[in-house]
Amino acid sequence: MADTTHGGQTRRDFLYIAAGGMGAVGVGAMAWPFVSQMNPSQDVLALSSTEVDLSTIDVGQSVKVFWRGKPVFIRHRTAAEIAEAEGVPMGDLPDPQADSDRVQRAEWLILVGVCTHLGCIPIGEQGDYGGWFCPCHGSHYDISGRIRRGPAPLNLEVPEYVFLDDNRVRIG
Amino acid sequence: MSEFQTNSRVIKWIEYRLPIFSYVNEHLVVYPAPKNLNYAYNFGSLAGVMLVVQIVTGIVLAMHYTPHVDYAFDSVEHIMRDVNYGWLMRYMHANGASMFFIVVYIHIFRGLYYGSYKSPREVLWFLGIIILLLMMATAFMGYVLPWGQMSFWGATVITNLFSAIPLIGDSVVTWLWGGFSVDNPTLNRFFSLHYLLPFVLIGVVFLHLWALHHRKSNNPLGIDIKGPQDTIPFHPYYTVKDALGLAVFGVFFALFLFFMPNALGEPDNYIKADPLVTPAHIVPEWYFLPFYAILRSIPDKLGGVIAMFAAIFVLFVLPWLDTSRVRSATFRPIYKQMFWLFVIVCLVLGWCGAKPAEGIYIIVSRVATFLYFAFFGLLPFIGWFERPRPLPESINAAVLKSGGGGAMPEGAAAKAEERG
Ligand code: HEM
Ligand code: FES
Repeated sequence: MADTTHGGQTRRDFLYIAAGGMGAVGVGAMAWPFVSQMNPSQDVLALSSTEVDLSTIDVGQSVKVFWRGKPVFIRHRTAAEIAEAEGVPMGDLPDPQADSDRVQRAEWLILVGVCTHLGCIPIGEQGDYGGWFCPCHGSHYDISGRIRRGPAPLNLEVPEYVFLDDNRVRIG
Repeated sequence: MSEFQTNSRVIKWIEYRLPIFSYVNEHLVVYPAPKNLNYAYNFGSLAGVMLVVQIVTGIVLAMHYTPHVDYAFDSVEHIMRDVNYGWLMRYMHANGASMFFIVVYIHIFRGLYYGSYKSPREVLWFLGIIILLLMMATAFMGYVLPWGQMSFWGATVITNLFSAIPLIGDSVVTWLWGGFSVDNPTLNRFFSLHYLLPFVLIGVVFLHLWALHHRKSNNPLGIDIKGPQDTIPFHPYYTVKDALGLAVFGVFFALFLFFMPNALGEPDNYIKADPLVTPAHIVPEWYFLPFYAILRSIPDKLGGVIAMFAAIFVLFVLPWLDTSRVRSATFRPIYKQMFWLFVIVCLVLGWCGAKPAEGIYIIVSRVATFLYFAFFGLLPFIGWFERPRPLPESINAAVLKSGGGGAMPEGAAAKAEERG
């Protein structure tokens, strides 16, 4: 046909690219909802906070609460434990962070109880550092929930929380 | 037609082991299609697209849906309110089913008009009817899943059709239900089958296309392809034509999807299923209405069920009922009129199906049911005494004569073929 030229661009090339471009935009726009639907739905997001009564947890005890399908460790630390956690030199930590940056009130240590290696749940009061030990691949956490030895790369995560009063905390 | 050629060593390596590139080339690129296909021929590819849409949206819905009588209804509401774009997924699926049927019904009427069911395409036609039956089963079971009032009572009424079978009817129905009424076991098996059947459909669609490509498309003239001058390569000519059709159809679909997503549905289905209360007026989805009207027009339980199934199964014998040697209605003056009457009869039946079974509606649906079957009954005789108009000598000759080739002189068409 008349628009078959050599070397240069033709009307057909333009139409081809324009149509293909429109098609690609359309497919992309359609793909978005199909990807997005797998993200947490509104009701899941709405259930994302938990309130805990602290008055029943004695000094030296810890509890596990369920939050967003995961355990949260709440430990009522003793004065000795706090001193120990604060005394660790930064140089000994694979993921250096001061204990004071990990707590709002020093006696209450609140952690997401999910090993930062591959997601197992560490066991309390075990391991070589007086904190938690993950049995899956041998990660040791200290009494501030910081990684000390083993394959986990990071400290146990500190969730968002607020103290509603002296005896109640809301996680999330 | 040009053989598949490539310079890519990777493609050559794969091609030697699995000739998938030459296969695609042969069936989607250089595939020789009659050069006179009109827009009635778009509906096959549209049906294929709709099957994909149903499967993709369906898989998404299944990720959020709970097949249990206590949770199903709420999980559908959860999809509508909580899941990101859940409303879009569900409305695409629910309206998509309607779009799928619109497209397939037009596709079938196209086949009827141009005589596409005749030799050598009988098997192609049978596979099409099997697709229709599978679609109906799939849509029926899908409609039960949201567990609304219409879901429940539709399931009850339709499964009870089988109780009309003499002697074993009741046992068959109990077997279908997995209990003594439509209940949780029924819902669970329907969900399982609703997920399965679309994939069976894919298999049958492949056979359908295999048969098509083996004997090639029929065309509006209904005459055979006599040589390369009668055809053009599928790509780019029909890929572009199908793409345009898809774009226009997409607008039509979007109109329902975004502006009247519940227009084709029944409000009663937003009421949770209640096994103790039947809605005053039970109607199936619109695409079942003509068959529902036939069912109700016969004043006998078994007779009605037989007539309803016969209305579809008669399509299987159509290739032998039609005794005319001419395919296309374009050249069959009597058949052409009968065809349009038949279309009207089907629409009237659909209208009757939506109305309550009383008074004038009963009379109208009886007349329409009679005419529906009369169409098939008369076909053998029409073929004998109808005098067809003269057929063109070839597709190419007809295209050139009608000016269809005006924009494209013969040489250009030939050159297009070389370029593939
Ligand atoms: C031939 C293709 C299909 C047709 C004709 C079809 C038809 C239907 C229909 C009519 C409904 C009821 C819509 C409503 O009122 O909400 C439905 C619901 C449903 N379908 Fe399908 N469907 C198809 C394929 C699939 C596939 C492949 C899946 C899963 C993989 C699926 C999963 C579902 C689910 C989970 C529901 C219930 C949710 C809802 O009601 O929206 N469908 N289907
Ligand atoms: S998951 Fe805890 S050490 Fe691997």
